[in-house]
Amino acid sequence: MNKMEAIGALMERVSDETLVVCCNGMIGRELFTAKNRPSNFYMIGSMGLGLSIGLGLALARPSKKVVVLDGDGNVLMGMSVLASVASERPANLWHVVLDNETHASTGGQRTISGVVKLEDVARAAGYRSAARAGDVSSFAAALDRAFAEPGPSMVLGTVEGGNLKGIARVEPSPPELAAMFAAEARR
Amino acid sequence: MSHGKGGPSHAPEFVSGLKAAGFDFFAGVPCSLLKGLVSILDADPDAGYVSATREDSALGMAVGAYLGGKTPMVLMQNSGLGVSVNALASLTTMYAIPTLLVISWRGEGGNDAPEHILMGEIMLPILDLLKIDHRVLSTKEPMASQIAWAKETMLAKKYPVALIVPGGVLE
Repeated sequence: MNKMEAIGALMERVSDETLVVCCNGMIGRELFTAKNRPSNFYMIGSMGLGLSIGLGLALARPSKKVVVLDGDGNVLMGMSVLASVASERPANLWHVVLDNETHASTGGQRTISGVVKLEDVARAAGYRSAARAGDVSSFAAALDRAFAEPGPSMVLGTVEGGNLKGIARVEPSPPELAAMFAAEARR
Repeated sequence: MSHGKGGPSHAPEFVSGLKAAGFDFFAGVPCSLLKGLVSILDADPDAGYVSATREDSALGMAVGAYLGGKTPMVLMQNSGLGVSVNALASLTTMYAIPTLLVISWRGEGGNDAPEHILMGEIMLPILDLLKIDHRVLSTKEPMASQIAWAKETMLAKKYPVALIVPGGVLE
């Protein structure tokens, strides 16, 4: 499964009203290329904080579904936030992780998620559920199972490393991105 | 660290002022100089205080809460300002997110435990370099008016603003 296939499977299962908070790095650019929408928040700096943003949003808007689209490097950097998510236990938060065991945007250097299984960390922290999937059909099935139940839960898809061709950069300015997303989040 | 020391804590007045001003999302990492503030917020179900693991994570939560329509406050020891520099530079300020920072002043005047001395000295210059307006919270002025200044400033500038808390004010 490459990342665009994984992002496609996720976004097919996300309703128009669902808020998606995306981590920095290649994944944000890939989401922007695959399916840009005003209900996507693209965090283009502050590596590791996507899950914190999603948690604050889920607590502020309990009637909205919040999906955090994250990468292995981001989860490892912000790992203590898994504990905050488990502690606050928002039923409207789903944590979707694309794990290629590399820092793709800086040249593909290895992370340590090959050794430390992130879904095990989520389970140990106290997420309601956590699953790992390695191909598109099992990833899609894992997403369907997770979205049918209350969160917080993690679905981790293992994806190929390397970068795809034709990936755009997120175009609007950060204040424009925040304003567009806030209008959707507060609707 | 002698501002108002020995007098009653202004924490209840400060929390009432925050709520009256419309602050409705609270997260942070505590400091002994903020223990009165934290204990009031944490005992108040309406406040929904999030006990964060790191100060930059609390700032991330504040961004999410603001995008969802809340008016956020993040509290921290000034050691946490060091942890928070990148979140402030590449998230809160860059996305124009108004956030009230309540930061304790350990190491004020060079009179504190060794780990607090340098940060006590460089905290205000760090805020200046981040272009974050700040005021030292004073017991000589009502809490409400100092909170009002902070809220007006952060909303007008769409930027974080900081209230610096010396010893003895919110303990």
